[in-house]
Amino acid sequence: MSAAWRWVRRNALLVYAAIAVLYMLAPIVVIALFSFDKTSGGKLDYAWNGLTLEYWRDAIANEAVNEAMITSLELAALATLVATVIGTLMALALVRHRFRGRTVSNLLIVLPMATPEIVIGAALLSMFLIYGLELGFTTLFIAHVMFSISFVVVVVRSRLIGFDRSLEEAAADLGAPPLTTFRTITLPLLAPGIVAAALLAFALSIDDFVISNFNSGTTETFPLYIFGVSLRGIPVQVNVLATLLFLATVVAIALVLWQQRRAEKLAGVAAD
Amino acid sequence: MWSPARRRRIVPYGLLGPGAIWLVLFFVVPMYYMGQMALRSGSLESGGFTFSWEWANFGDALAGNEEQLLRSFLYAGSATLIALAIAYPLAYAIALRAGRWKLLLLFAVVAPFFTTYLIRTIAWKTILADASPAVGVLQFLHLVPQDGRVLATGGAVVAGLTYNFLPFMILPIYASLERMDVRLIEAANDLYASSAMAFLKVTLPITAPGIVAGVLLTFIPAVGDYVNALLLGGTGQAMVGNVIQSLYLQQRDYPEAAALSFVMMLAILLVVAVYLRLAGTGAFMGEEEEAR
Repeated sequence: MSAAWRWVRRNALLVYAAIAVLYMLAPIVVIALFSFDKTSGGKLDYAWNGLTLEYWRDAIANEAVNEAMITSLELAALATLVATVIGTLMALALVRHRFRGRTVSNLLIVLPMATPEIVIGAALLSMFLIYGLELGFTTLFIAHVMFSISFVVVVVRSRLIGFDRSLEEAAADLGAPPLTTFRTITLPLLAPGIVAAALLAFALSIDDFVISNFNSGTTETFPLYIFGVSLRGIPVQVNVLATLLFLATVVAIALVLWQQRRAEKLAGVAAD
Repeated sequence: MWSPARRRRIVPYGLLGPGAIWLVLFFVVPMYYMGQMALRSGSLESGGFTFSWEWANFGDALAGNEEQLLRSFLYAGSATLIALAIAYPLAYAIALRAGRWKLLLLFAVVAPFFTTYLIRTIAWKTILADASPAVGVLQFLHLVPQDGRVLATGGAVVAGLTYNFLPFMILPIYASLERMDVRLIEAANDLYASSAMAFLKVTLPITAPGIVAGVLLTFIPAVGDYVNALLLGGTGQAMVGNVIQSLYLQQRDYPEAAALSFVMMLAILLVVAVYLRLAGTGAFMGEEEEAR
């Protein structure tokens, strides 16, 4: 048996993991690659036609793509802000307090995550239709906050469990009022969890197609725009912006992880 | 002013309030209205739909859509099984074997989350297109007939579903493996269990809750999905989500669409209930002998 074969056998699981990860990343590579595709008419045709930098140079040349992207960014920013605030408050209530109705509250948070998106979208549309509400940015905002809340609660809650409370107790012992303790001790220590939750909410919102498709009216988000043009031909700029969005998220996540590590180190020093 | 004891009782409700109200108003209440919509009759042309206990909508919704309903469960079930087969070894490798590469691998696994769902699926359309190298390889291996195609087949839809929901399978399994006390495996080995035996009797039962969670998080959204069938499937691969979507947004037959949504939810609940009974929360794999 050759040495190479022995190595493969010993590391079979890691080799398998590497292949699986390549599989996970394949579409992202394709998206990035095809943002350089020299296609005729500026529309993707699902085949490679040669290399060009043209569409990166004209990344923001397509008005319709830009408009949809801006709508998506505004919607995601607003929905993230609201969902993160009320989701964090909910997580605090669930972890820090015993009260009647905890089980029901937990169910209320789990159920939206266990419901197919199409049902959430259809149910909201049914209600909006019955009340004759005009579909648009507002209904999208309502829906995006709704489906983000549960995920924010789950992320912040996991950070709150196993949270060292000795610092808070020390502050209270030194006479700090509850709100001051919360602002100067709890919030900074909780910040990495809140930022991670906000990032997840933002990603969910900017990515959502199914629920938005039911409740958008004539408002067009980035995914809705892509769906609209997917039958007529997708401008290459879509891939350029998707690649940029992906890179921006990678940088944001790296920053959060870095900050989280630093916060943990600081908390560790403070606890000593 | 309020006494401290009273304030302590009020505080949790104040914290919970805004989120709970939002979820009740825009998740629970809409479900009620969807039920109400499902029992309405009339048409858009004749001035809209009125509530009339129209139970016949459920019969109409089911009739003619059994095929799509059945196909949804078949595709989602296959995708869930394939995802489990891919996810478990991967999660195991990341949690227990990756060492300092752990964070990077974990990131690679969730990275697809950060590109738009639709663009990801369209990328698969490129990968599986007729003239693509990937299909060439499949043809060379005789996994696909020489003149056969992958796009617009059931296989392409299942592949798309598997890919798109894979992170939902990997993360819970990873979390349960990560939490596991590895000394239990060492103990099993010390007691002369082979590594296969240690895996079957120790690792698998301990991570069963992660598997159950992953299966549910993959299966439930996959049943309701219509994007993969729309973009990767052909005319013969429509799932129940495609029908619901078209009834709501194109045909605007809201009562029948609402009724079909309910039928799908009920069918999912039924399958999930049977699955949870079979998988059990504790009686999964190794523990059934204990129960006997």
